[in-house]
Amino acid sequence: MDTRSRNILFLLLFPLLFFSSADHALADRYATARRNMVLEIEQDVRDTRRHIGRESLMQGVMVAMATVPRHEFVPAASRRLAYANRPLPIGHGQTISQPYIVALMTDLLQVDKNDRVLEIGAGSGYQAAILAELAGAVYTMEIIRPLGEKAGKKLYKLGYNNISLRIADGYYGWPEAAPFDAIIVTAAATHIPPPLLRQLKPGGRMVIPVGTRFMVQQLLLVEKNTAGEITSRQILPVRFVPFTGGH
Amino acid sequence: MPETKKYTPPCYSIALVSACALAYEILLLRLFSIIQWHHFAYMVISIAMLGYGASGAFLVFLQKHVEKKFSLIFLTNIALFSMTTVGCFLIAQQVRFSPEEILWDAGQLPRLLLLYLLLAIPFFFAANTVALGLIRYKKNISRIYAADLIGAAAGSLAIVALLFLVFPSTTLKLLATGGMLAVACAWLELKCAPRSLALLFALGSLFPFLFPEAWTQPAISPYKGLSQQLQVSGSRIISEHSSPLGLLTVIKSPVVPLRYAPGLSMNATGEPSPQLAVFTDGDGISVITNPGAGRETLSWLDQTPSALPYHLAAIEKALILGSGGGMDVLQALYHRAPSIDAVEMNRQMLDLVKNVYGDFAGNIYNRQEVDIHVAEARAFVSTTGKRYDLIQLGPLDAFSAASAGLYALSETYLYTVEALERYIDRLSAGGFVSLSRWIRMPPRDTLKLIATAAVALENTGVSDPHNQLILIRSWQTSTLLIKNGRVTAEEIAALKKFCRTRSFDLAYYPGIHGTEPNRYNILSEPFFYQGALSLVGNGRQDFLDRYKFNIAPATDERPYFFHFFKWRILPEILSLRGRGGIPLLEWGYLILIVTLLQAAAASVVLILLPLLFYRAGKKKQQSIHGKGKTLTYFFSIGLAFLFMEIACIQKFILFLHHPLYAVAVVLTGFLLFAGLGSAFSSHRILARQDRNPVALPITIIAFMGLLYIFFLSPVLNGLTGGPDILRISLTVILIAPLAFCMGMPFPLGITTLSDQTPGLVPWAWAVNGWASVISAVLATLTAIHFGFTVVILLALGFYAIALVSFPQTASGE
Repeated sequence: MDTRSRNILFLLLFPLLFFSSADHALADRYATARRNMVLEIEQDVRDTRRHIGRESLMQGVMVAMATVPRHEFVPAASRRLAYANRPLPIGHGQTISQPYIVALMTDLLQVDKNDRVLEIGAGSGYQAAILAELAGAVYTMEIIRPLGEKAGKKLYKLGYNNISLRIADGYYGWPEAAPFDAIIVTAAATHIPPPLLRQLKPGGRMVIPVGTRFMVQQLLLVEKNTAGEITSRQILPVRFVPFTGGH
Repeated sequence: MPETKKYTPPCYSIALVSACALAYEILLLRLFSIIQWHHFAYMVISIAMLGYGASGAFLVFLQKHVEKKFSLIFLTNIALFSMTTVGCFLIAQQVRFSPEEILWDAGQLPRLLLLYLLLAIPFFFAANTVALGLIRYKKNISRIYAADLIGAAAGSLAIVALLFLVFPSTTLKLLATGGMLAVACAWLELKCAPRSLALLFALGSLFPFLFPEAWTQPAISPYKGLSQQLQVSGSRIISEHSSPLGLLTVIKSPVVPLRYAPGLSMNATGEPSPQLAVFTDGDGISVITNPGAGRETLSWLDQTPSALPYHLAAIEKALILGSGGGMDVLQALYHRAPSIDAVEMNRQMLDLVKNVYGDFAGNIYNRQEVDIHVAEARAFVSTTGKRYDLIQLGPLDAFSAASAGLYALSETYLYTVEALERYIDRLSAGGFVSLSRWIRMPPRDTLKLIATAAVALENTGVSDPHNQLILIRSWQTSTLLIKNGRVTAEEIAALKKFCRTRSFDLAYYPGIHGTEPNRYNILSEPFFYQGALSLVGNGRQDFLDRYKFNIAPATDERPYFFHFFKWRILPEILSLRGRGGIPLLEWGYLILIVTLLQAAAASVVLILLPLLFYRAGKKKQQSIHGKGKTLTYFFSIGLAFLFMEIACIQKFILFLHHPLYAVAVVLTGFLLFAGLGSAFSSHRILARQDRNPVALPITIIAFMGLLYIFFLSPVLNGLTGGPDILRISLTVILIAPLAFCMGMPFPLGITTLSDQTPGLVPWAWAVNGWASVISAVLATLTAIHFGFTVVILLALGFYAIALVSFPQTASGE
């Protein structure tokens, strides 16, 4: 290779090197942010242990939180805030939940590798990706077409091949894939759809965040025991006792 | 443009601008209630009103030019007022302010600031118009101020009428048209030439109608219920109906049914029947339900906590308060109640269910069992002679806003101790009052209701209220029953069966055992049971003190049922900000505080700083003492006027049976008679120049105020059953002398000031504007904490301060 050719090659490759190293720097930055986010969640869990009934979340949940690139699921404009412990708007009046709440909800579902999980309200696809790190198969449904299409493309691009996505009314669940070990209903509901309760396996768990888009007031954990009886547990995701003294 | 004779004040154009400005203020509150939520709207509009104060500061600098080019400046101001009413709103619509994110995202603050500035601009020009008149026509100050007040009175009536007739977006254009017509009017009044140009201005007043309709349509927040519903495939708006009570939007969703059934049991198997959604101001969903062919299709209506009373007793006569889309009426029909009175305040809502979508609704409001009444719920209960087996009141507020604590500032007379006493009084022997609320965690509304019920029962002579109460809950709603009589063993058996079959939790009934609550919808502790047990018995006060939210019963004197905030928990909640603590914040109350702080800070920036700079640049100065007195006088009367007006509106709401009538009659009455008082004040001052001219009006105000405190409530309570015309006439008669006198202190002060130190007139105008803004917030805060009687007392106190600081006494210094 003569000098001229070498120079041309260098000129051609230099930007690639530059961008490649920039990409790496960005990826490192996101990885660091993700690690910090996980540390923050761990601290929040310790602070709220009295109410959520656990000292720490399942190891698998924390690994999933440390693995899934949350920044890929938020709009470019708010990507710098992707790992902040806060909810973010994703368009169409929807949000991607606060990481602490995502981790807590996932933990409450107690998902393992053999489980089939149904999610109603795919939104950005982030919660489905977290679940896919833990479960055997994730079925996610989204009623808002543009959101569902975007989430589907993103999950495909990131290589989540154990997630099936359907753009449809989640009220009737996904009968062909039922029963499910766990169901998460992140779309607003004025009541728990009876078809979803039917599609929950005996011994299965369902989680519903209750509140507004930016403020999860409580988490509703619905459990179906082996006899098919249903109870719910209302979990305040914060360390707060409503009484002072003397109680 | 020839300058005109100095002493022919343009009163008609000033009145027209004032009418449009007041109407614009109310319209903005409506528009921003649709776009965002009511209390953010309240904050934005309150701050925007500082445009009035900023006008005074601006004119301090401009006043020397006023003499030379009055007509040009005056006309330009009115024209700019007209143009900015629409223009600033259009720009404000483009500001992507999202109040939900304000605690998460500091980037929302500059947007909020921009909104304030934009919306303050029209008020700035409107205020300039009046102030220019005051500066220029020194001998006619009382007439100008009278025109301002009487114009505002007309505006308050006109906006109520307009909001019934046209949509808010069209109303906005009409107000801009009104502003431009004021330019034409001023052109003629100022005798500008050529006179024919006035016709051109009149034609130009149609300019807002050149804007496409879509531009002025309120861009509703994507996080409100209506926007969320419209995201669902196939959902579409099928009709809209506007009134001052709210914008009703009817939604059909044929692809994905609505299925609105709050509190539905987890054991329910049936799907809710087809429904149409009715959103009020883009939120607060109510549904019109299609009853279908057979009774079975409505079986889900028996699967909510509110169905309980039908299982405890045979309900012959039911009263449904706030019937809305008719779901509770349908529930009563499902349970075969033979006589149902449905009360709804919003006539348009009734019309939707009865006529517009009557066929869809199964014509339930035309059935012989159902009598519908257009009335405010509390007023209906106070005036009806009937007794009921069941009086039912569902959660009339939207879950989303309730869960965020946004109703804290909304006074409601539906959940006060006195209200519950009236409900109990209208029960037949063994009848039930049924009150359902959204569940909030930690509990707030439900516990406050049970405390209120216990006090109400005690006030009606019941020595053991704990024997007459039942509380159950699903995961989403709670239902409290107050019985007229002791709960029987049979009823307890029926109650247990009802809850067991639906997996609802027993939270309280007489004799409840500690192992019974918290079985199906499990909380970390049985908060509702613990609370109810303490609140119905001797431990009530201790529990109220120890509880971290304010759940002390609301009263008619302090009707803020939704005010749950206690200052002492603020640090704890703020420390939990990132850890799920934000929903614990009671937003509504904090917004009030933030509004007050912002108003104070903005006043310093917009009003006081410019005036201080002005002072620094002047060589001839009035003594600091004299200036301080002037400031104190105008500040005091600014506070006093609104304190008194707000207290009176509240006092008359119950008497006039409708908040809309109260605002229309009291506000219009106040402004009109104050205007007449202002016009009259010029005669007085000529007659009694040797004495403090505000002494007599303030003495009468004090006398009337004290009369109100001691005698108003008994008089109003005695006459509350009278016909509309009697109550409205009496209200006007009671308000007239007070308002007449309250219209005098401002023009008397300004007239004196313009004789002695005319340079201070804009300053007085600015300080008075500033006081008006903060007084609205301060009066609400005072009412929340101390009640409306204290608001009146404070108003009298401010008038007393005004009496001793009248600027005339400064003249000798």
